[in-house]
Amino acid sequence: MKDMPMIALTVNGAAAQLDAAPGRRLSEALRDGLGLTGTKVGCDAGDCGACTVLLDGEPVCACLTPVIRAEGAEVTTVEGLGAPMARLKTAFLRHGAAQCGICTPGMLIAAAALLSRPGTPDRSEVEAALGGVLCRCTGYAKIIDAVLDAAGSTPQTEAPAAPVSGAAVGARIERLDGAPKVEGTEIYGADYAPRGALWVRAIRSPHFAARFSFGDLDAFAAETGLQVFTAADIPGQNIYGTIPPFADQPALGVDVVRMRGEAVALVAGDKPAVEALDPDSFPVTWHSAPELLDTPAARAPDAPRLHEARQDNILIAGLVHHGDPAAGFAAAAHVAEGEAETPYVEHAYIEPEAGAAWLDGDTLVIQACTQAPVMDRDDTARILGLPPERVRIIPSATGGGFGSKLDLSVQPLIGLVVLKTGQPARMTYSRRESMTSTTKRHPARMRARIAADAGGRLTAMEFDGDFNTGAYASWGPTVAVRVPVHASGPYSIPHYHAEARAVHTNGPVSGAFRGFGVPQAAILQETLFDELALKSGLDRLAFRRLNALPEGGTSVCGQELHGVGIGPCLDALKPRWDAALAEAAAFNAAHQGRKRGVGVASCWYGCGNTALPNPSTIRLGLTPQGRLMLHQGATDIGQGSNTVITQICADALGLPVDAFELVGPDTALTLDCGKTSASRQTVVTGNAALLAGRALRARILALTNMGEGARIALAPGAVTVTDGTQTRRIDLAELAADARGYALAVEETYDPPTETLDENGQGIPYAVYGYGAHLAEVEVDLALGTVRVHRLTAAHDLGRVINPLLAEGQIEGGVAQGLGLALMEEYIPGRTENLHDYLIPTVGDMPRIDTLLIETPDPEGPFGAKGLGEHALIPTAPAILNAIRDACGARVTKLPALPHRVLAAMREAG
Amino acid sequence: MSLYLRPGNLQEALDGLSRAPAVIAAGCTDLFPATERPALGGPVLDITAIAALRGIAETADGWRIGATTTWTDIARADLPPGFDMLKQAAREVGSTQIQNAGTLAGNLCNASPAADGVPPLLALDAAVEMACATGSRRMPLSDFITGPRATALRPGELLTAVHIPQAAGQGASRFLKLGARKYLVISIAMVAARIVVDDGGRAAHVALAVGACGPVATRLPGVERALTGLPLRDLTGAIDADAVAAALSPIDDLRADAAYRRHAAAELLRRAVSGAVSEPEEALR
Repeated sequence: MKDMPMIALTVNGAAAQLDAAPGRRLSEALRDGLGLTGTKVGCDAGDCGACTVLLDGEPVCACLTPVIRAEGAEVTTVEGLGAPMARLKTAFLRHGAAQCGICTPGMLIAAAALLSRPGTPDRSEVEAALGGVLCRCTGYAKIIDAVLDAAGSTPQTEAPAAPVSGAAVGARIERLDGAPKVEGTEIYGADYAPRGALWVRAIRSPHFAARFSFGDLDAFAAETGLQVFTAADIPGQNIYGTIPPFADQPALGVDVVRMRGEAVALVAGDKPAVEALDPDSFPVTWHSAPELLDTPAARAPDAPRLHEARQDNILIAGLVHHGDPAAGFAAAAHVAEGEAETPYVEHAYIEPEAGAAWLDGDTLVIQACTQAPVMDRDDTARILGLPPERVRIIPSATGGGFGSKLDLSVQPLIGLVVLKTGQPARMTYSRRESMTSTTKRHPARMRARIAADAGGRLTAMEFDGDFNTGAYASWGPTVAVRVPVHASGPYSIPHYHAEARAVHTNGPVSGAFRGFGVPQAAILQETLFDELALKSGLDRLAFRRLNALPEGGTSVCGQELHGVGIGPCLDALKPRWDAALAEAAAFNAAHQGRKRGVGVASCWYGCGNTALPNPSTIRLGLTPQGRLMLHQGATDIGQGSNTVITQICADALGLPVDAFELVGPDTALTLDCGKTSASRQTVVTGNAALLAGRALRARILALTNMGEGARIALAPGAVTVTDGTQTRRIDLAELAADARGYALAVEETYDPPTETLDENGQGIPYAVYGYGAHLAEVEVDLALGTVRVHRLTAAHDLGRVINPLLAEGQIEGGVAQGLGLALMEEYIPGRTENLHDYLIPTVGDMPRIDTLLIETPDPEGPFGAKGLGEHALIPTAPAILNAIRDACGARVTKLPALPHRVLAAMREAG
Repeated sequence: MSLYLRPGNLQEALDGLSRAPAVIAAGCTDLFPATERPALGGPVLDITAIAALRGIAETADGWRIGATTTWTDIARADLPPGFDMLKQAAREVGSTQIQNAGTLAGNLCNASPAADGVPPLLALDAAVEMACATGSRRMPLSDFITGPRATALRPGELLTAVHIPQAAGQGASRFLKLGARKYLVISIAMVAARIVVDDGGRAAHVALAVGACGPVATRLPGVERALTGLPLRDLTGAIDADAVAAALSPIDDLRADAAYRRHAAAELLRRAVSGAVSEPEEALR
């Protein structure tokens, strides 16, 4: 029965009618009713602003607007930002203001509201206008630049000319996949609705630990008209995990749940019927059990085990032992010792997990947001009892990942519904569901002792950490192994002993989050370095420079390192360091209630899997028509691999970037390029692209019998090769096409050469490392303990900068996440399951960021390049903590450094 | 389909409310987050189409701010300096998007201990006007909010307006909000201060209020008395931290601990008072 008329309104300048309940969220009505999926839903609570639209010219959150309020009004969505805002969109692309792109529609609308007002806005007005839209990728710097540019507040930049053949690497080109992000046409996980798709919702545990049993599911299904699925319906192995030997997580719980938010059942049906369901009415009875929420409780002798085979709730312990630590400490003149504690940190991408699935013949197709399509395929196939070739994963655009979307989320759930019903299915996590059920950064409790001789040279270090890995394994083993390898920082430490354990609790699963535990370890190591520098009577930057790993130096794993860029990074910071110290001293002499301080910290990070194979394979094909197809299987979650991989391939082949057409990623169309994690895509997939480009070039040169220096060009149906005055032509249609229809095609694989670590963690864990150092300048309010970071200078050694625009974007985004880690982010299970209690930096919290790109070529990386993604976050938090201490004496050892903690630490310091 | 009423006049709304209870929807900036569903659950009484409920008007004895007046409306309104603190608070509510939708009445009826509007309204000696099908009544704001998420609103009643007395428009005023980030932030503590200065350069009238430091925001009459009559230069020094702390009952939560809140409230009051009566450079950034 319909008890309301249609709602008439104007949308993007055209009359529209909405058949929706008056109290329905406008965001829902626009997306479902009008197919305007450019309006994104990130939180349904007004906390993220992704759904911002103009209602009669004023920005509002569509998720907070009952659709009836739009009756007779004019609504503008990103799709309707017409010609007057074209300059804004091109400025977003030119400045690299869109990374993953999920916040871009909200940012564009908020900016459009500002730009449509008279006057030329300044930076603070831009910040105020954008303050209601969260971005997790960019650190906001390039967004502000783009808006100021479009507003005419700063000189309008010109789009640089497209680089010619051979000049792609190093060029500051716009991302190749940017246009749909600013037009609102990009398809994210929640944006594709196969006709007739069932809507799927999970029934999840409200308890951290419980046994459960179902009531009469058939009666429930009959009463509600919904279909119900439980673990009993799962045809394959109801267990998964990112690292197969440790796989322990059920897709749907069986008898017990080990964490809040664990799914135990699915309901599926028409969207209105699923929406109408009160999840509390689902027939499940919970018998809650005592929970273990931190590592001391989990390691207590009488603690119950989460997983029977894992003694003391320890999933795995990692160890690196080098030299003779006892002797190193005995020889020391100065020792610094301390502890640090970091909380759960939420990835807080603006796109909650979402996807759709359907059958194509007997192949199950899943289009969902992800960082790891091939892992998704293999794990989903195992759960659903299918051979992997019967599962096809098409990654949707991914609205931020940062590590969490390496793990499965919706894939096995919607896949199960499709298999059982034969109908397409869709699922979109709510913000709460995303925050409770997906992975987090490991909370860490660490202690360390570091020693230096009278001259300030490091002699020894000991590190010990418990990393709360939550209820299931996920990437816990990686954290336990990576931390001891990296806890030295990029320094020469002759005697070293580090242990890290991944410990199970009933908290959320801790998985991968930008840095795999290394940022936590760096917080303790780098803050203790400040203490050692002070004890040694050395300038804090000079202390680091003195101990920085030299070219050809030996790591704590006994690996001889080449292309070591930490020294050059620290040197690059020296001018700003000297100026910042002088400026802070002058400020402090003139001010009483506020004090400024300066801090520095370094990072290093091994690119790719730790001492394990992680190959990437690239296919490059030329069609008989002369189209050049790059089958690129690395998922671009905003970091830029679509662009960077193409740039590398272009120069290897000798054709310009715009000659390429990108295919994939799609497990049916692209080969395995592994996961987008561990800062590996530029190095590993980049090397595969380099090899593929070179191989195709060699084929073309061989076919034309031309020398290495020849120039290649594409023409319709042909390739021409010119060397000096001589030109030869390959008519592609005359070549026998292969099974895929390519006249010429190559496939190349690269796997970084590593060596297994021995029982002391000695070996070659990574083929390539990246290095960096950040310099933070802060101001502390002495009476309130509030901290403002007013400037941050980031020096990163990239070996070879493939794309400076994208590299800066990675660094600025890493700084923002590092600032959040330092100052505000703390996920408390059961209490901060939304984006108003869990805080990430807004546009108003970011400092000026100056990026210094250093190039110390790596012998192994493509064109000498190194990874960057994780590196950018690691030094920020310790640099800020060191600056806080420099400003006011406060040693904050429990993060985040909220005002009350800073004030308490200040008082403790006296 | 649940019932959704959006009447165009107040009497219709009150009549509807007298017949059956309903969820009252105004800006929906608190209601939708609490709903966690694609549509508001009903029955809903949407009061945003009632023109008489929105806007600011001067009355014989002061000002009347309609229930559905938004924070943007307040920030843009032409009001005397006593209202500066309310306008400053308006610009600190959530974000531009929230200020464009969120209403004064919603902020009061939601009765969050951290409601940004309450301290400045307390310091403006605000009274609320409530109406039901059979009549209306007024009560001081300080009596209206009775606890976290609790008000004196009776079944069948609607908050229709907030009244500010003529005298409260006087004086210089300032609002300060302390949170862990710049925008979209729930306060750790916040204060509002309004000082009326006499011809002799003394504080003739002092109104101070603190929010997010107890179950409800509160005026600080003892501290106000201690400051009244003092020369302006002595005001901040006369704010006694112990007296401030004694007037508050903060809790430990994820944003800060109770001891910090007591301390911060006193410091913020000093800055707000100082900022109100002098140039704002030493105030909280």
